Amino acid sequence: MIRTNKLVKVYHTDEVQTTALNELDLEIKEGEFVSIMGPSGCGKSTLLNVLGMIDSPSSGEYFFQDEEIGHLSERGRSNIRKHNLGFVFQSFNLIDELTVFENVELPMLYTKVPSSDRKARVEELLEDMSIMHRRNHFPQQLSGGQQQRVAVARAIVNHPKLILADEPTGNLDSSNGDDVMRILTKLNDKGTTIVMVTHSQYCAEFGNRIIRMLDGKVVTENLVKQFL
Amino acid sequence: MINLENIEKYYRSGLQKSWVLRDISLNVDEGEFVTIMGASGSGKTTLLNIIGMLDEGNDGSYHFLDEPVHKFREKRRTEIHKHYLGFVFQAYHLIEELTVYENIETPLLYRNVKNQERKAIVADILDRFNIVAKKDLFPNQLSGGQQQLVGVARAIIGKPKLLLADEPTGNLHTEQGQMIMNLFKTLHDDGMTIIQVTHAEKNAQYGTRIIRLNDGFIEEDTMIA
Repeated sequence: MIRTNKLVKVYHTDEVQTTALNELDLEIKEGEFVSIMGPSGCGKSTLLNVLGMIDSPSSGEYFFQDEEIGHLSERGRSNIRKHNLGFVFQSFNLIDELTVFENVELPMLYTKVPSSDRKARVEELLEDMSIMHRRNHFPQQLSGGQQQRVAVARAIVNHPKLILADEPTGNLDSSNGDDVMRILTKLNDKGTTIVMVTHSQYCAEFGNRIIRMLDGKVVTENLVKQFL
Repeated sequence: MINLENIEKYYRSGLQKSWVLRDISLNVDEGEFVTIMGASGSGKTTLLNIIGMLDEGNDGSYHFLDEPVHKFREKRRTEIHKHYLGFVFQAYHLIEELTVYENIETPLLYRNVKNQERKAIVADILDRFNIVAKKDLFPNQLSGGQQQLVGVARAIIGKPKLLLADEPTGNLHTEQGQMIMNLFKTLHDDGMTIIQVTHAEKNAQYGTRIIRLNDGFIEEDTMIA
């Protein structure tokens, strides 16, 4: 599903050039649950942003479902992103002035899902995540665990093929963190590919493979479980 | 515009009450620029959240534009949020997978503003904030100051009557912070009512009134302009 070829990302500031990705090669099959680990500054979040098409590499190729993303127009990328990708971030990433219901509904406004279908889908997800009773509340009124569940609901509302998660349990206590990891695992069992950046070995072991990065490159890969 | 009477807020821990706000009474008129200050734990954010209807006092009354907020049903509260209130937070709270343009546009999608009108309103704000060139970039491609600018743009695009800001410059360096505060001053000069929470004395100087909280009480309430 995902294949990169010598991905490079360089940041230029006035005096300094920082290489965040250093000719990175990576392959991820559909249905995998891959964790990306590594010390602070190794390039993991940059990689996730490039895979999520919310940043562009300086050079190299990124194939998503055999289509090279760099060659597409911004509209083409936007289309693929909105229909195929879901994002879960450490800081929940919710819009404060929208209710829980509206936050989850938002991606469907971009993919032009009709109103009645939207309502049904949002309600289904809110029930699944046990937050239906908070649907008219605002993010600030919810606990961290509830906010992250709203964020996950929003990430999957359009049935994405790929979920990109950056430290999804980073701002949660262990019990809420476990809930989120269980939700991600269930989604993966149903076929959603997951790529997750994490510092936590414990979280990484929910997946089937761990990729470790250092200085913008992949240094090791370990299978956690056999991927069939 | 805002009238709080004897607002109290506490959290229960077993049989104990942990007080956050005690007997808060205050009025804010339309057109004021109020700064709420106080030490960590003094109740500032809780007070801001109650004013912003994201939280409720355990006791006391809150009238917003003469309507009793403490008696509101969820539907009315949501309506007021959409049409009267704008929020700016320390942590920007942008949607990472939407562009600058799309982030700013979002509140308008929810007011059923027609496509052409949306485009015009967003273009106008991008221009005002001098970020037209950034409109197709993603939050992760912007500096902290630029992200906060986008956050403010999104907060005000629906022309809220009241803007609530919680440590809006907390994650910014001095120059970026000044830019945001100057922007607030301009919005205030144009008629917006602003209530901000901040630790920074120099940020308070941009406003017209300072309220200092201490252990949940109002210790001081002074006009400064």
